[in-house]
Amino acid sequence: MREVKPTGQIPEDKARAAASRLASFGEDIDIERYAHSTEELPYQNDPSRLSYEARQQMLQAGVVLDNSSQRSGTIIQMDHSIVHSLSQQEGIEVMGTNLALEKYDWLSDYLWKAVAVDADKYTAHVGLNQSNGYFIRALPGSKTVYPVQACLYLEKSNLAQNVHNIIIAEEGSELHIITGCTTAPREEAGLHLGVSEFYIKRGARVSFTMIHSWTPEIAVRPRTGIIVEEDGVYLSNYVIMKPVHSIQTNPIARCVGDNAVVRFNSILVASPGSSMDLGSRVILDGKGSRTEVISRAITTGGDILARGYIEGNAPDVKGHLECRGLILKGEGMIHAIPELKGTLAGIDLSHEAAVGKIAEEEVEYLMMRGLTRDEATATIVRGFLNVDIEGLPPELNLEMHRAIETSEKGIV
Amino acid sequence: MLEIKRLSVAVEGKTILHDVNLSIRDGETHVLFGPNGSGKTTLLMTIMGSPKYQITGGNIIFMGEDITRLPLDEKARLGLGISLQRPPVVRGVRMRDMVAACAKGQMDEKTIDSMVEQANLTELMDREINYGFSGGEMKRSELLQLMAQRPALVLLDEPESGVDLENIALIGKLINELLEKDCPLSYRKCMGLVITHTGHILDYVNARTGYVMSNGVIGCEGDPHEILKTVKEKGYEECVACLVRRASNA
Repeated sequence: MREVKPTGQIPEDKARAAASRLASFGEDIDIERYAHSTEELPYQNDPSRLSYEARQQMLQAGVVLDNSSQRSGTIIQMDHSIVHSLSQQEGIEVMGTNLALEKYDWLSDYLWKAVAVDADKYTAHVGLNQSNGYFIRALPGSKTVYPVQACLYLEKSNLAQNVHNIIIAEEGSELHIITGCTTAPREEAGLHLGVSEFYIKRGARVSFTMIHSWTPEIAVRPRTGIIVEEDGVYLSNYVIMKPVHSIQTNPIARCVGDNAVVRFNSILVASPGSSMDLGSRVILDGKGSRTEVISRAITTGGDILARGYIEGNAPDVKGHLECRGLILKGEGMIHAIPELKGTLAGIDLSHEAAVGKIAEEEVEYLMMRGLTRDEATATIVRGFLNVDIEGLPPELNLEMHRAIETSEKGIV
Repeated sequence: MLEIKRLSVAVEGKTILHDVNLSIRDGETHVLFGPNGSGKTTLLMTIMGSPKYQITGGNIIFMGEDITRLPLDEKARLGLGISLQRPPVVRGVRMRDMVAACAKGQMDEKTIDSMVEQANLTELMDREINYGFSGGEMKRSELLQLMAQRPALVLLDEPESGVDLENIALIGKLINELLEKDCPLSYRKCMGLVITHTGHILDYVNARTGYVMSNGVIGCEGDPHEILKTVKEKGYEECVACLVRRASNA
């Protein structure tokens, strides 16, 4: 597969003007210290022929390559190259962003509409130096039987990966996506910059389950925007349980249509040396739109800022925010920052936040039933991370819980 | 057999129980009466091994073994089980997982299902444990966990408190099942020690011996129905006054 250069219109002037604009949150990452070019990697018709090491890493992030019969499509980007892309279901399109921009003239209308190119230096960098990304689209009325899987993989040491993903669920469609972002198991640094723009049209439904599985020297700055039209539904499940040097992201979902629904579930585990600043923002502009933003954070020595923001600007909107944090051991920090803003009478926004240790009373209660202290603690931690996910297909739910179970060994 | 010999217990440096003696033979159920704050829960929690309760003197012998200093979970594995008066909510841990943990793989699914049905808890099995449970649901959940655990010594802390009349008969039935009341006494192994403030549970569960506890001391020992009759007629004040009289005459 030949390399395709983006042809969509990028607001270059805006991007250039923002090239050194600091982000509102998170440690400033010096983009220039990373390598920007790398060789093109060969396309693989059969992804199970990728190296064993890469497949194992991808598996940890929920991407299954040995048998993709339970997937409606697969796309894998390693460094800057799309090394595999396949749709296995009619009505579902899966391809690299560059190819999609070449194929569809209209696609440029979707670029930088949900995320501002000049939001900060990272969006600007992706705008000016985009290296592919994935395009996933469900045609009107199409419904995925199995999830589409996407993987963004950092192979080369010290590389900056600058992807731009576009996800479109046309009217009345249903799209389930599982995304794994991961890296070769190395000690070297790397930078992952990912812009993702979601367009959920009238009556469409998208579930997006993202598993991040990094290594301790990787810096990560995803920038995500979601636009949900009337009666549309967006469910996000985000899991990060492996060490990472620094990650900061604060996706924003806008319910622009009436009765739109957004739900963010985040499961965050920070080990010593990991710095995480992770939030979710929802703007309820459509009448009767509603949201739930739920995060569960555990630190075993790392730092977590768990942000949440809900803004209600239309009649009959409803939103609830829940941040719960557990400090298990070490000198970790959890800082929960739940924020609510209402601009209208008759809206219903609420939040609850709690940060603490495991209650001794609960541990003893389980020990009274014959569990050892370690078993009791592990049971409580597993329960804490067991966020109920409404509307997720059973296979995807299973997939996510498998990823959590694999990672949680070693927390307690 | 359970033997408690001259047991003294302190909480945060303050002595709560003084020289408590009590023994329960295999298959017997005993009842502990007493006003609020008299030390009944302290006695049960100490037998169970909760670390908050410091044993300052005496011994607990269970089936011939001195278990005075054994940790909580080891006691549970030896065959002690407790139903708490106010069990904590454990968010995220479902009833189903808890019951399975109690059974430790020793019970097949069918047996567990029939116990769940018996306790009328089928609809609660996917709920987080004790989260939003009514008083009756909480007590039935405690008893179901004990039924899965199959302890040889059952400690019940006010199993009827907060339970409406409709539920109390079911609670009584579950307790009888747990205490093997259908078996003739000579075959029965399971021992029970039940705290009751009101005595209502005695309408459903037979007990051999009753005690009145006051200010951390066991005063009376006798027929539980006789004790309950006195308490109902004269109140716990009279029991306490009687104990004081006996102490000053001694």
